[in-house]
Amino acid sequence: MAEQSKPHVDEYTGVDTTGHVWDGIRELNKPLPRWWLWIFYATIVWSIGYWVVYPSWPLITGHLNGVLGWNSRTAVLEDLKGLQDLRAPMVNRLADAEIAGVADDAELLDFTMAFGRAAFGDNCAPCHGAGGGGAVGYPNLIDDDWIWGGQIDEIRHTIAYGVGNDHPDSRLGIMQAFGRDEILDGEQIADVASYVRTLSGLEPAPDTDVEAGAVVFAENCVDCHGEEGLGDHELGAPNLADAIWLFGSDHATITETIQNGRQGNMPAWEERLGATTVTALAVYVHSLGGGE
Amino acid sequence: MADAPLPVKRMTFGEAGVAAALAILAVAALIITGRSTDAGYTFHAFLFTIASALAVLLIVNRYMSRPAELPPREIDGRPNYNMGPVKFATIASLFWGVAGFLVGLVIALQLAFPVLNFDLPWFSFGRMRPLHTSAVIFAFGGNALLATSLYVVQRTSRARLVGDLAPWFVVLGYNFFIVIAGTGYLLGITQSKEYAEPEWYADLWLTVVWVVYFLVFLGTIMKRREPHIYVANWFFIAFILTVAVLHLGNGAAVPVSIFSPKSYIIWAGVQDAMIQWWYGHNAVGFFLTAGFLGIMYYFIPKRAERPVYSYRLSVVHFWALIFLYIWAGPHHLHYTALPDWAQTLGMTFSVMLWMPSWGGMINGLMTLSGAWDKLRTDPVLRMMVVSVAFYGMSTFEGPLMSVKVVNSLSHYTDWTIGHVHSGALGWVGYISFGAIYCLVPWLWNKKGLYSLKLVNWHFWLSSLGIVLYISSMWVAGILQGLMWRAYTSLGFLEFSFVETVEAMNPFYLIRALGGLLFIAGVALMVINIWLTITTDRYEELPEARPAAAPAG
Repeated sequence: MAEQSKPHVDEYTGVDTTGHVWDGIRELNKPLPRWWLWIFYATIVWSIGYWVVYPSWPLITGHLNGVLGWNSRTAVLEDLKGLQDLRAPMVNRLADAEIAGVADDAELLDFTMAFGRAAFGDNCAPCHGAGGGGAVGYPNLIDDDWIWGGQIDEIRHTIAYGVGNDHPDSRLGIMQAFGRDEILDGEQIADVASYVRTLSGLEPAPDTDVEAGAVVFAENCVDCHGEEGLGDHELGAPNLADAIWLFGSDHATITETIQNGRQGNMPAWEERLGATTVTALAVYVHSLGGGE
Repeated sequence: MADAPLPVKRMTFGEAGVAAALAILAVAALIITGRSTDAGYTFHAFLFTIASALAVLLIVNRYMSRPAELPPREIDGRPNYNMGPVKFATIASLFWGVAGFLVGLVIALQLAFPVLNFDLPWFSFGRMRPLHTSAVIFAFGGNALLATSLYVVQRTSRARLVGDLAPWFVVLGYNFFIVIAGTGYLLGITQSKEYAEPEWYADLWLTVVWVVYFLVFLGTIMKRREPHIYVANWFFIAFILTVAVLHLGNGAAVPVSIFSPKSYIIWAGVQDAMIQWWYGHNAVGFFLTAGFLGIMYYFIPKRAERPVYSYRLSVVHFWALIFLYIWAGPHHLHYTALPDWAQTLGMTFSVMLWMPSWGGMINGLMTLSGAWDKLRTDPVLRMMVVSVAFYGMSTFEGPLMSVKVVNSLSHYTDWTIGHVHSGALGWVGYISFGAIYCLVPWLWNKKGLYSLKLVNWHFWLSSLGIVLYISSMWVAGILQGLMWRAYTSLGFLEFSFVETVEAMNPFYLIRALGGLLFIAGVALMVINIWLTITTDRYEELPEARPAAAPAG
């Protein structure tokens, strides 16, 4: 051990080592790099400056406030207020306008579309898709097939109060579970599913009786979907005679729909977003392609 | 001496005590197995029963077959090192590393192709992500730290590990904790604290293991045959001690019942968030930085055969690092409910941390002076030096991202993921790989690695992977941050959230490719290590150049 603490000079650098050796490892007796030390000091000085300017060290009650008097809660309120002030003139114009008249005011329409697009992206896109193209079970908003009506005020009502929720003005459309509730048996469901496919010109499934299906349809389905299966906006009953399918047009999916029923669900947005935003959404959705 | 009577063989207090304690644990766990109504918890209690009973058997079996006297601390004046637990942890580190990296690739692909969640709860991103983070940090990194720290402390103290069963208890107990933690995530058992997901019973077990680890490490240092404690050991002590404090503080929880896996954290609201990030950031600081600096301080000078660049720098940056790091946690909570004054302190301490972190980089890189030419011929040394370069880069990026104005852009984006992985793949990964490449021939008494060419391929494949990974995440993160904050002239957000998610897709693909390349390199490493251990073939390091010329 004693010999390990002997003075020792590193051959390559010519620098003294500390004289200790651990498992063959020595340490050079080099000073701290100057640039390292000065940057370290600089970060400390900068930090002390920052503590003077911004809220920092806690005290027994409260904390140092900083000479700027800045705090993040005030800052965010100011930011939000700036945004509201920027939008306010046009938002007020939209709030006072008749929804049907928005399209006649080019400047207001521009603003409303931007407003509606932003609100759609943040609130509607997760289900209906960023472009409004829909998904299985979530209606496509860019075609001309509307479950609850495609007039602008019908669209606004659907958005404002939603579907199948507990708002008193909510739209409510329930397709019964004809199989699960034992209203129809398996064979009848297979037959009527085939009949439904023929309404839009699709091939019936093999081993099913389309004519028997037609009878089942007439006895169970026409009240909502109509004699020709064209649907009913008042009841939210989809048109079965077009090429647009909410859940799918294959025999198995239609069977599943009849067996277990379906029910649409959408929140009532007006209580969340306010009337003006809902109006902007209605104008935007109405413009997407299929507004009536 | 030959006539001296053989010593009487007796079970030591340690053997009897540990066996008795484990037997009690086995019975208790069996009772819980019977009474628990939670399937996952029943499974875990059963694992505890089996493992404890098996451990009792092993202890008794070892007692029966061992000589009367325990292995001596020294033989003929030379330390009789205890390398069994080091070997175990080395192999465990590689094993868990491969598992953890593969899970990382799976979740990277799940982000690019959500269908790969397969609607299986246990395979979903939410459960696989903590499995990945824990597997790479605690299983891969933790075993690398166990192996290297228990090796380095013996070699630099010229002393055998203290304790007879204790070192084995530490490595086996720690790996049992990993099994409980990992299977728990898949079964949905979690206390939902990032990087501290295991529930109360796993935490308690880890506490016992960790205290024993600390005692073994400190005891070995106290029995050292060197006058001074080597710098690597300061970092290891700071790592072990602070992780214990963090674990106890953040994991403080009250179980619903001893028969339930569920517990409630005693902290609430913003205090809980602050404690969580005090823990989370210092897990980075003391587990992934201090611990791995300990590895760096031994393996780089050893491999380069050069003295550490500056003793004074190592002292100053060590104390500065451990003093400043512990304050920096609040920078994870900028612009939240955390009071402004705490955010300020978190940010400024992070900025002051820049140079203390870089002290380690300077000492690592400058130790190469006089041996730079070895980078050309020794791929293992090159790996470790590149590791230190990544360390320098991410310890600059960290303070930068902690500055509030930068953080307002980077927070919650994939930039953070890129930052973490430049540290994780580059620094932690490479320094561990380098250390394992050094350790394996030493531990298994081989003259060298099976193939240096394979190490070279590992280095280049994985380096390309890291570059793809972090650059794609930088671009993705900055793009994400800019898209989130973009406003139109009319005062509306320009992009919806879904659009920003969609924009990430190409970068997620590049990131997954980077991960795949990183794993390809590791696969070569596994083959190389396997063949090094099982065969006697080795590739000699080419002579870099004639011995260094003295300073003139």
